[in-house]
Amino acid sequence: MSNSIDLGRRGFIIGAASLGGGLALGFDIPFDAEPASGEPLAAPEVNAWVVVKPDETVVIRIARSEMGQGALTGLAQLVAEELDCDWARVTTEYPTPAENAARHRVWGEYATGGSRSIRGSQDYVRKGGAAARQMLIEAAANEWKVPAAECRAEKGVISHPASGRSTTYGKVADVAAKRTPPTHVVLKDPRDWKIAGKGVKRLDTIDKTTGKMIYGVDVTLPGMFNAAIKACPVFDGKLQSYDESKIANFKGVKKVVRVGDDAVAVVADTWWRAKTALDALPIVWDEGPNAKASSAETAKWLAEGLNDSQPAVTGDEIGAARATIAKAPKTVEAVYSYPHQNQAAMEPLNATALYTPERCEVWTGTQNGEAALAAVAEASGLPLEKCDVHKVMLGGGFGRKGFTDYVTQAVLIAKALPGTPVKLLWAREEDMTQGKYHPVTQCKLTGAFDADNKLTALHMRISGQSILSSVRPQAVKNGVDPAVFQGLVSNGEAQIGYDVPNLLVEHAMRNPPVPPGWWRGVNINQNAIYLECFMDELAHAAGEDPVAFRRKLMAKRPKHSAVLDAVAERIGWNSPALDGVHRGVAAFMGYGSYVAAAAEISVPSADKIKIVRLVAATDPGYAVNPAQIERQVAGSFVYGLSALFFGAITMKDGRVEQMNFDSYDSMRLKDMPKVECITMPSGGFWGGVGEPTICVAAPAVLNAYFAATGKRIRSIPLKDANISFA
Amino acid sequence: MTVLFVNGAKMDLDVEPDTPLLWALRENAGLTGTKYGCGIGECGACTVHIDGQAVRSCTATVGDAAGRTITTIEGLAQKGALHRVQQAWIDFDVPQCGYCQSGMIMAVAALLAEKPQPTDEEIDAAIDNICRCGTFQQVREAIHAAAKA
Repeated sequence: MSNSIDLGRRGFIIGAASLGGGLALGFDIPFDAEPASGEPLAAPEVNAWVVVKPDETVVIRIARSEMGQGALTGLAQLVAEELDCDWARVTTEYPTPAENAARHRVWGEYATGGSRSIRGSQDYVRKGGAAARQMLIEAAANEWKVPAAECRAEKGVISHPASGRSTTYGKVADVAAKRTPPTHVVLKDPRDWKIAGKGVKRLDTIDKTTGKMIYGVDVTLPGMFNAAIKACPVFDGKLQSYDESKIANFKGVKKVVRVGDDAVAVVADTWWRAKTALDALPIVWDEGPNAKASSAETAKWLAEGLNDSQPAVTGDEIGAARATIAKAPKTVEAVYSYPHQNQAAMEPLNATALYTPERCEVWTGTQNGEAALAAVAEASGLPLEKCDVHKVMLGGGFGRKGFTDYVTQAVLIAKALPGTPVKLLWAREEDMTQGKYHPVTQCKLTGAFDADNKLTALHMRISGQSILSSVRPQAVKNGVDPAVFQGLVSNGEAQIGYDVPNLLVEHAMRNPPVPPGWWRGVNINQNAIYLECFMDELAHAAGEDPVAFRRKLMAKRPKHSAVLDAVAERIGWNSPALDGVHRGVAAFMGYGSYVAAAAEISVPSADKIKIVRLVAATDPGYAVNPAQIERQVAGSFVYGLSALFFGAITMKDGRVEQMNFDSYDSMRLKDMPKVECITMPSGGFWGGVGEPTICVAAPAVLNAYFAATGKRIRSIPLKDANISFA
Repeated sequence: MTVLFVNGAKMDLDVEPDTPLLWALRENAGLTGTKYGCGIGECGACTVHIDGQAVRSCTATVGDAAGRTITTIEGLAQKGALHRVQQAWIDFDVPQCGYCQSGMIMAVAALLAEKPQPTDEEIDAAIDNICRCGTFQQVREAIHAAAKA
């Protein structure tokens, strides 16, 4: 599935899974490109980003996918800000990936992950809005025969104060579209923003409250059939055979299709009939080499990798950690572990495909439209120019919908029924067991103190799974998957906040037979637990306050310490908590943003936790929509704490044991307090928002649990320690 | 053929009586606002009203619902006016991905019909729908606002 495909003219390469943190592909974005002849979009455009209709409606084109994270609204705000249009008249549309390919990739990258939608495209989408504004003003000025510099634009109205004339964007859009785009535009200082930087309401809310919003699962085409699918429940196993005769009399069944070498689908008039027949279909699997694989076996193998005698690669090294630890008067050591987890978006995976020998089109919720297009071309066997992907709203993605396995399956099924659209929908059980899971790792941490109880060395040795070695092996050089060290190294967009004189971070790569994938936050989830719980252990060993201990080590990293200070102050760290309430903190960096959390919990009995209060601080550099940032942060805490309490995908006899939400639970409203969100953009850099803060919720709660009970929990999830919500 | 009364309309549907109501609504009645999340009654994305009660339509059959009054998210607004729960959802910008919100809104509308001014404890007990985006904070605020509306 990692095959690359050449998309032609500009010769750029995308992989079928080109999603991920900090590894954006290099390419030039043409400032403007002519529409491909014969492929007009919905309305004449001012430029690639902006269409103004005669009724003054402004259509802003959005390349990244909306999956709940608010990027659609935030990106529209950035374009509208520079355009100086009337926000109340803004709507959006997705140009298709094929349109992007045909137009020299004018809309840039489609991949929606790594918290990159805003920070990765803010520069060119703002320039798109500014260029359109300039062209609209020039069109009016030209008509009035006055210098454009004497004209102003505000809320879609262009005026020339000296002569008292005015017109609107809608009236001059056609003329503006014919003008030569400016070669240079000046972007506004964020301090002057009027639309961006404000907590405006989302653009997609109304249809989400009336049932009108069309998600992938809701796509309905004339004459469409529905497909249900089962892939081999053992990873890397194959489909051996199935007995179609047993479902020959099932109502509505149209066809049974072998899909690739590992799956079978039943196609029927309705999905329920397809699924009913599939459940009755006798299937024989060739379970292959992993038939006896188990999570218990994986855990043992990973534990072995923690041993210094085993091979490992270095992620970062400062000073001489091993030697310092060897001669230190006091050392502290702990081993932590983090399991496989499923993204479990509310909308199970699905895609609708229409194949003919001349053309193949797919309608789907995808985090990576371009990779989906590549998958359609590959699976259909048609040239890229004869394929397209129509992106629709995602019912959650969390990383899983950056993969294209379900798109490939839908095309392969549709190929067996040329001319008939087929919607493939995975049952929840398929979604749970055919995942691209949060990677499994363990980490041994060793800290050394000198005679004055000063931390002199820190050694972190991770053993376990690499995502990149599975989904983008070309990014792994000399055995190093740089993403594994996310948040633990001294440079890059996820830097450790502590200056320890001797630091060693290592990885013993051990990849069990479970496909890994992006999972909201990716590697900062486990790394923040490892580092931030261990910092608490070190503070305790040093006899110091956990906040004061961290702050000393953050002396040279003011942005790291600022978010920690903010949560400590808000939670009231320096004054006592209420009776029976205990506190913990954590701080981290990821996706270019600085984050911290403070938690207050009560522990009515050792196996029950009540989360009383949560405070989160995020410094993303710039805040395009503070109201949506708060929702992202609070929502990510629900996701992260669900993972802390319940999140484990385990394997026995080669099969995933969790089939549905009854065995893979998620936090409910009753378990979740309000999250007090502090958004503190300090300016000068662009960090992400969708993912970074998620990682500090769990360690803050775990550290509070230690404060309450004196007991360290070093293995996730809490349900394995029989701990649940009070 | 099975006869269902959905959102005030009588529908003759080509569907077996043991089909889950969810799939009859989505595939036979064409009402896709009601969502499939788990199929086992755990997540609540498929919540509709049967005779005014919140029911998880993935575990109710067409046979169970035949002859009774069914309301889906598409039928919640009356005479073109949004239900106060829908309005509160818009006012508080509740949905993120929005996939669970049809079920969430239907569950809350049924709660408010029974308990016009629910306490936080009553909300906690009644609303146990799964939302993976984690909109609970806005959900709670919007419920209290809808209760006052």
